[in-house]
Amino acid sequence: MKNIHRLLLIVFFIASAATAFASDEHDKHAHHDTHKKEKFQAGEFIMDHIADAYDWHIFSIGDFHASIPLPVILVSEQSGFNMFMSSKFYHGHSAYKGFYIAQEGEFKGKVVEKINGQEVRPFDISMTKNVVAMLISMMILLWIFISVAKAYTRRKGQAPKGLQSVMEPIIIFVRDEIAKPAIGEKNYERFMPFLLTIFFFIWLNNLMGLVPLFPGGANVTGNITVTMVLALFTFIITTFSGNKNYWVHIFNTPGVPWWLKFPVPLMPVVEFMGMITKPIVLMVRLFANITAGHMIVLAFVSLIFIFGEKGAAAGFGTSVFSVAFIVFMDILELLVALIQAFVFTLLSALYFGMATEEHH
Amino acid sequence: MGLLSFELGTFIWMFLAFAIVLFILKKFAWKPILNALKEREESIEDALRSADRAKEEMAELQADNERILQEARKEREAMLKEAKEMSSKIVNEAKQKASQEADKLVESARANIESEKAAALNEIKAQVANLSVEIAEKVLRQQFAEDQQQKDYFKKLMDEVKLN
Repeated sequence: MKNIHRLLLIVFFIASAATAFASDEHDKHAHHDTHKKEKFQAGEFIMDHIADAYDWHIFSIGDFHASIPLPVILVSEQSGFNMFMSSKFYHGHSAYKGFYIAQEGEFKGKVVEKINGQEVRPFDISMTKNVVAMLISMMILLWIFISVAKAYTRRKGQAPKGLQSVMEPIIIFVRDEIAKPAIGEKNYERFMPFLLTIFFFIWLNNLMGLVPLFPGGANVTGNITVTMVLALFTFIITTFSGNKNYWVHIFNTPGVPWWLKFPVPLMPVVEFMGMITKPIVLMVRLFANITAGHMIVLAFVSLIFIFGEKGAAAGFGTSVFSVAFIVFMDILELLVALIQAFVFTLLSALYFGMATEEHH
Repeated sequence: MGLLSFELGTFIWMFLAFAIVLFILKKFAWKPILNALKEREESIEDALRSADRAKEEMAELQADNERILQEARKEREAMLKEAKEMSSKIVNEAKQKASQEADKLVESARANIESEKAAALNEIKAQVANLSVEIAEKVLRQQFAEDQQQKDYFKKLMDEVKLN
């Protein structure tokens, strides 16, 4: 417990030191910015905050950008394996080893290189903001639940206490309200680890996405690749735990006239598509809900700036309403964070239930 | 960065990290937690069940006690009744015996008296006979003290015989 606190503190200090370093270096390149003092672009502002990034932007005051540099890992056809910190790009303003962040075009915002005069993306396994945020959230998950598990072994036969008593009702909720009714008393146990993991992973990341400061602020569950991985796990587990009854249902749906299956296998195709669609829906629902929530909050923030450009008074006036709406939205998002975790877990459990359902 | 674009790098990181976290959590967190919860629930259920059983046993015991008490009461009543009967029977028997004894005593007394009476009568008769004989002797002696008188009497008796 104490060690973890110390560790977090150290991480925080390193992060702030790196931030300071990044901002110092930035001053030298400030001139890049000065000549293009543009009007506030709400769309770009929102996208910048929702999208993934190579460094972890914390705040900007004028031309001063404070951000945590993150490792960029690239495998280029031209120069092979490259690994360096994102601070080398100076917030996307300069190139490093031939790599630079595309400012427009197809690969806008991504690291690209020029090969034979053409912009090409190298194989990019950088630890971007989302990746780091996801790793941090996983560390938190591991820390929380391993210590809770230890509490269970240490305090065997005693009433739960502290963190353990906070988590226990939630774990029981997932077990009794999600897994048991959706999968059934007989089979639910082997799906519990996955269901609990996605439930807490999604919930924690949804919540962390609502916190504007490091280590929150990344839009992990609003990233379609992340939700795709989660849905893919659900799909893989569903497919591998499908029993005979499940596959019969897909390829030879009972209770359907034979001419829908032969010679044109209409029903099997429909059922097969359903099998694929289910995880895709999971993926899109989580991504869209979280992203939309963030967009609304950011849109209200943008309003302040848009009106602020018209005049300071207008900006202040708008800020009153905007902040009120942002507070309202944030509270709503707190709810959405839980609901989306619940829905994703419940639907996964339902799919597992369908896959393991016995013939009736 | 396109919002909807698929990122292979993110995918790889996420897939690996999630798989590892899932594995670690499964092994070191979910299993012990779920097992502990299950164990605890079972022990609570057991405790409740045994409490129920104890209650039932208690009730049964109470019913038993009641029954035993009832039986004891009944038995006591029966015993009392029997004792009463016995005592009255004994008394009756005693009474009967006593009266029988009394009757017998009276009877034998009567018989005694009867025989005493008979004996007394007989004695009296004998005495009377003796006395009469004595008296007769004395009388006769007196009467026949003189020869004349004896002759007279003979004469008289002879006369009587002659008459017959």
